[in-house]
Amino acid sequence: MSATHPPTRWARALDSDLLYSFRRSPLALASASVALILILAAVLAPWIAPQDPTNVANLNLLNSFNPPLPLEGSDWAFPLGTDEQGRDMLSAIMFGSRISLIVGAAAVVFAVVVGVAVGLLAGYAGGMIDAFLMRAADVQLTFPSILMALLVDGVVSAELPQTMHATLQLYVLIFAIGISRWPQFARTVRGSTLVERNKDYVMAARLIGLGRVRIMATHILPNVLGPVLVLGTLTLGLAILDEATLSFLGVGLPPTQPSLGTLIRIGDDFLFSGQWWVTIFPGVALVLMVLSINLLGDWLRDALNPRLR
Amino acid sequence: MLAFIVSRILQAIPVLLVIGFISFAMFAYVGDPVTIMLGQDYTEAQRVALVHQLGLDQPFFVQYAKFIWAALHGNFGMSYRLAQPVAGLIAQRLPATLELVATATVFSLLIGIPLGVYTGIYRNAPLARLCMAISLVGVSLPTFLIGILLILVFSVLLGWLPSFGRGDTVQLGAWWTTGFLTISGLRALVLPAITLGLFQLTLIMRLVRAEMLEVLRTDYIKFARARGLSNRAVYFGHALKNTLVPVITIAGLQIGGIIAFSLVTETVFQWPGMGLLLVQSVAVADIPVMSAYLLLVGVVFVLINLVVDLLYFAVDPRLRVDRTIATATR
Repeated sequence: MSATHPPTRWARALDSDLLYSFRRSPLALASASVALILILAAVLAPWIAPQDPTNVANLNLLNSFNPPLPLEGSDWAFPLGTDEQGRDMLSAIMFGSRISLIVGAAAVVFAVVVGVAVGLLAGYAGGMIDAFLMRAADVQLTFPSILMALLVDGVVSAELPQTMHATLQLYVLIFAIGISRWPQFARTVRGSTLVERNKDYVMAARLIGLGRVRIMATHILPNVLGPVLVLGTLTLGLAILDEATLSFLGVGLPPTQPSLGTLIRIGDDFLFSGQWWVTIFPGVALVLMVLSINLLGDWLRDALNPRLR
Repeated sequence: MLAFIVSRILQAIPVLLVIGFISFAMFAYVGDPVTIMLGQDYTEAQRVALVHQLGLDQPFFVQYAKFIWAALHGNFGMSYRLAQPVAGLIAQRLPATLELVATATVFSLLIGIPLGVYTGIYRNAPLARLCMAISLVGVSLPTFLIGILLILVFSVLLGWLPSFGRGDTVQLGAWWTTGFLTISGLRALVLPAITLGLFQLTLIMRLVRAEMLEVLRTDYIKFARARGLSNRAVYFGHALKNTLVPVITIAGLQIGGIIAFSLVTETVFQWPGMGLLLVQSVAVADIPVMSAYLLLVGVVFVLINLVVDLLYFAVDPRLRVDRTIATATR
């Protein structure tokens, strides 16, 4: 009579193998905490940062090149020191991480959307479409993605009118990095789609007369997303590095809208005059962010792989 | 064997044509060379004359064929930024990049393979674990940050090594300048080569280690030990030899990656190579240089892939018997 209620989604999530494996892995816990702190600091930067680094009115040249805390001449107001304009490095890094994360995440979303669509189509349609799409992916994979992103960035900038560069550069970067990373997603999804398309549930869906698009989107798609999640996490780390590299090369975000890469490039000029903190601290923030995301991705890959349990 | 080689070469041709096509499309359609070359004041007649002179009024495929023909003769047009022929600019900088890439590759192999063997054999030794932990951090460190850190330590703090440029170079023949023959040239090479090779080094080390662990478990290693062979003969003669197939593949394919990342290293160290030229050109949308770089590097990548495939075939006798394995494991 009193049949036990099916557990709620929340209860099922708490009881899942994934969470169990997460709690059991100190490395995953540590990297998740680091990633969480960095992401929170970045997302909440406008509200919790000590200073708004984009507002020139806040800057005082008397504070320029304050060294970081334990050193002589440091100031408690600027725990990580200041740059040549007296900008608080901690605030600059928090705002910079925010932009780096936005570009990285948006680029991954873009790559996932394009890659999953191409992979589903190639795997389900097969034949000429498959051959054509996969050859295109192969050709692109011959090129290292950073080179691809650099060239796309250059071509798109050449096509845009000069006056719009500063405002559109963020979107140009997202597009360039995203387009350079789609083939891996397409390959992964195509592989899983080839397996799924011959299963009985797809046959059943076809027998009741569902269209191809509907079958791909609502039946096959949910079953091929596992590997995409893992690849997406690992690609997020790479995409953040891509953005930092492009900004460091001077073809990414301008100093008016600095990401971590831009901060490192600006700080690089002061390395020889002894103000190492202007470039090293943004670098440390970048490495911590990428390392924690990579470790999380590695853990997720192992946790979702049934053979390793 | 011959059929395999021929089919691989035939497969490479369409890829080359596609790369040529993209680089041509960039050259001809991105930006507007006519307006750039004419400047502010021009009459319609001048514009038409220039369009005709550049051949832009001809059919698409004629232009494409002309572009490829010119490229085959080493003519890639003029750089917008420097107003010099692109071919000359690239030829000037090619030796610097090639010397850097070669040194970085040799460095990563010479250090990476022994480290991989060591960490594979003594996988629980503290030193081996330390190597693995450092390599994990190394993979997450962006190339430019490694360069900055090396400059900070070895140039700024210790003052041992130069932080930019190639040092003194020696002219060899008409086209080649080398930094290998002077002390200052060799000193200038150290930091950029380490920066560029470090990522490959960690990759090769981890790969050799994984393969060694795999191979050391096999029966023929047990048999070699049972025969009473020395550790050295077992590790290097039997085990390492069998790990080399994937190592050759990855190391070969990574040369493409090294060439790509040389542009980051060259920017950090202001190394006067092709990568620095490309970065400076992208910043001001100098399309002819970008298009020529894409074409050249594309050809190099296709050739590397081809050579790696053929080497693979030469190293692993199993692939010669059954071609289906070759396609399945690729």
